[in-house]
Amino acid sequence: MPPPIARSCRPTEVATSAALVFEGVSKTFSARDRSVTALQSLDIRIQTGKVTGLIGPDGAGKTTLMRLAAGLLLPDAGRIHVLGIDVVRQPLEVQSSVGYMPQRFGLYEDLSVQENLDFYADLQGLGSAERAASYQELMHMTGLAPFTRRLAGRLSGGMKQKLGLACTLVRPPRLLLLDEPTVGVDPVSRRELWSIVYRQVKEQGMSVLLSTAYLDEAQRCDEVILIHEGQRLGQGTPQHFSEPMRGRTFRVTAPGFTKRALQARLSAVPGIVDAIIEGEHVRIVTEDPGLPDLSLVTTGQDAVHTEPAEPIFEDAFIAALKGGRAVESAPQLSLLPQVMPAGPEQEAVIEVRDLERRFGDFYAVKNVSFSVQRGEIFGLLGANGAGKSTTFRMLCGLLPVSAGKVHVAGYDLRRAAARARGRLGYMAQRFSLYGDLSVLQNLRFFASAYGLGRARSRARIAWALEAFELNDYSGDSSRDLPLGFKQRLAMAAALMHQPDILFLDEPTSGVDPLARREFWQRINALAESGVTVLVTTHFMDEANYCDRLVIMAEGEVLASGTPAEMKARFRSNDLPDPTMEDAFIGLIEAHEQDRGDVV
Amino acid sequence: MNERAASRMRVVGMIRKESLQILRDPSSIAIAFVMPVVLLLLFGYGVSLDARHVPLGVVVEQPDTNTASLIGAFQRSEYFDLKSFDSIHAAQQAFDLREVFGIIWLRNDFSEQLLSRSNAPIGVIVNGVNANQARIAEGYIQGVWQVWLGHYARSRGIELTLPVALEPRIWFNAAVSSRDFLVPGLIALIMTLIGALLTSMVVAREWERGTMEALMVTPIRIGELMIGKLAPYFVLGMGGMLLSVATAVWLFEVPLRGSFWLLSAASALFMLVALGMGLVISVVAKNQFVAGQIAIIVTFLPAFILSGFIFQISSMPEAIQFITHIVPARYYVAILQTLFLAGDMWPIVLSNCAVLAAMLFVLLAVVRRKLHKRLDA
Repeated sequence: MPPPIARSCRPTEVATSAALVFEGVSKTFSARDRSVTALQSLDIRIQTGKVTGLIGPDGAGKTTLMRLAAGLLLPDAGRIHVLGIDVVRQPLEVQSSVGYMPQRFGLYEDLSVQENLDFYADLQGLGSAERAASYQELMHMTGLAPFTRRLAGRLSGGMKQKLGLACTLVRPPRLLLLDEPTVGVDPVSRRELWSIVYRQVKEQGMSVLLSTAYLDEAQRCDEVILIHEGQRLGQGTPQHFSEPMRGRTFRVTAPGFTKRALQARLSAVPGIVDAIIEGEHVRIVTEDPGLPDLSLVTTGQDAVHTEPAEPIFEDAFIAALKGGRAVESAPQLSLLPQVMPAGPEQEAVIEVRDLERRFGDFYAVKNVSFSVQRGEIFGLLGANGAGKSTTFRMLCGLLPVSAGKVHVAGYDLRRAAARARGRLGYMAQRFSLYGDLSVLQNLRFFASAYGLGRARSRARIAWALEAFELNDYSGDSSRDLPLGFKQRLAMAAALMHQPDILFLDEPTSGVDPLARREFWQRINALAESGVTVLVTTHFMDEANYCDRLVIMAEGEVLASGTPAEMKARFRSNDLPDPTMEDAFIGLIEAHEQDRGDVV
Repeated sequence: MNERAASRMRVVGMIRKESLQILRDPSSIAIAFVMPVVLLLLFGYGVSLDARHVPLGVVVEQPDTNTASLIGAFQRSEYFDLKSFDSIHAAQQAFDLREVFGIIWLRNDFSEQLLSRSNAPIGVIVNGVNANQARIAEGYIQGVWQVWLGHYARSRGIELTLPVALEPRIWFNAAVSSRDFLVPGLIALIMTLIGALLTSMVVAREWERGTMEALMVTPIRIGELMIGKLAPYFVLGMGGMLLSVATAVWLFEVPLRGSFWLLSAASALFMLVALGMGLVISVVAKNQFVAGQIAIIVTFLPAFILSGFIFQISSMPEAIQFITHIVPARYYVAILQTLFLAGDMWPIVLSNCAVLAAMLFVLLAVVRRKLHKRLDA
């Protein structure tokens, strides 16, 4: 048996108690004539033996920071020490002692689970005895033991993520760097990932730096670093951030108002920084402690009912970020399209029955049935790969149906897909506009593609620029727009022909929390004006914006109903106020148990 | 375990992983095994630069024994398929419609002229659109004509008065079969495909799928990564070479006059150059599509067009000839054609190998300078 490995690398610098130190680190990327500052004289310090969360909106510099720490990029200025080693001078030493999981897990999809593990064990120089012990431990932790022969590419998103983590843990590193490990992964897998991470910290004394776009995950970290536009906004425990918000967070209900209408009105009130729908009420964050005057919200109606809410990290995040930005006015309802309701209110505009889609012997969508009423916001909720986008493409007539019935706006999609398409707007998951064209040119193109006449086209373009606040950008090429504005433009393009049904495929994926809020405000306003909205999302909290929704997993519908109904099913003494995430986890577990019984 | 054992383990692990991926990836298999076979069959059977069974129109205005004897000589030649026409007018129509490639026109005074005067008594029209084939066909027609004329003269006891009698000897490829020089040249093409195209694409794939990022943050050194990555493709390329040599020698009966071992050694050198080109491309191109495009434009097409594999370098314009000097395949094709058809001509083989070695040195220097375990190279 080989003797235990003596690591050849010895820290050359004075050992410090910090696992990772950035001192005045700057990094600028330049491509042709443009340059983007990713990090600007950043100082951070990450303690050993703790889980530190790196949190910030998209484009804040999280990935750049991770790559700098892993020695994959060189800083323009400043010093970086990882485990006491200077990364710039000794990158190989650092790369030999840290574990790093990039955003896409770094797996070889054409290798099996076992082959992936073997490869990383070879790279880490694991002897056969160590290997056996390590594999046993990892298989136990990740639950991948039954799947060792399966190709990594055929694993679900959650299993891929766990395998990626297992590969970086083959030899437990002293510092674990995880770059957005939970993006697009279902909540069950996310929860499991967190428990694996904490176990490593406890048993191995590992230090962990983890970046995330999910603000609720900040709550799970020992410490949080908030970065924005390449600068550190703050560092501390989650409570350190949320505590100053105490007295500034409230839950509001008002009888006689829909949640959406109430939210729209509340976000227009001066002194309210944030208003979101949370469960059956609207949660607000105020600029200063205490409630602002809410009497204007409900003139002539019953008084609003408010109660203080427990502050969370997200409140602090929004308050910190919005502080720097001008408070944006809510989109004005009057500018959104007036769609004449063509029939009675309770009319199903979308009918899906026993929908099925096969790719070879693989069912991407199986036995999916639901119906959507006019003016509803209807959600399809599920992890990546649950079949949401496939269902969507079939509903838009972009993908032939293998079996089942689909009626959209009264047309059978199997026969009259083209006519049905004229009535609906579709916003694809990825930015589907022409990057080389300006905002105005894109809108003109879509107006002509939908066959709008001259006068109507001019009116619609004017409307789009106004309603989506794109006037200042109309001449810019759309490739260079900030992500949030790209989303706006894409949505405007999908609405050029005043469709009465709007399909939004993951509209908020990769968009920062502020832009997400604004986006939902627009969707709400659209729905209030009578447009039926179908939306897919993997953000559990966004389900609260929907009137009704279905939860999907592995191509099947696990449950359907209103958000309140879904959550009510999982209310118990232990869980008096379940969240959408609790409901989702409960449903997935029940589903897996069912399947387990069959096997 | 010491550092050396760990290093060996990393390289072996890398090779094992890469081999598994090659075996599972249909596109690797296609480029490494299917393409060579298709190219070999295509060039072995389909593409021929020889003129054979050329359709010729024949117009005999006054048939007699002399014309019959001459036409018989053309008919016996496997180079021509004859088709008779009543008049030159009808033959020209067929010529315009490309039904015949050339016309042999024996005028009504053919026998008369033949006996009395010595100036050309037959008319020959050849389609010059394909200049190469036209020249070959013209030569063959002339050959048949002269042989027949010789026979004719001898049978009559007349001394044929040709100023100089040309007696050509063709060396190395006595049958002047284009296959014998195309098939060895193909080996250069196949090795370029595997070495440069396949390699640049698989490295780009690692970038594209984000696995390179994870790979870099492990103890692996850049040298180990490259050896582990390239070794399987080296083996694959040499396999392609053996396959082509076997096909050439046994299926197409191309002679291998030089030493097999010298051929293998020179091929190994060229394979390293091809892998080096693939690596340099992958430094520039981080996605498979771009890598493939670049590899085809800067390695495959030059190997096809500028290596002397099909087109004679000395007949190219000077500027183009100059460019061929930086095409590695040019030197390898020269080695291949020498070893196959002429034998172990050491000066030729060694001088070409020296150029390849110099190219390899430059490529490795570029790779070494440009390739880091970093993303912003």
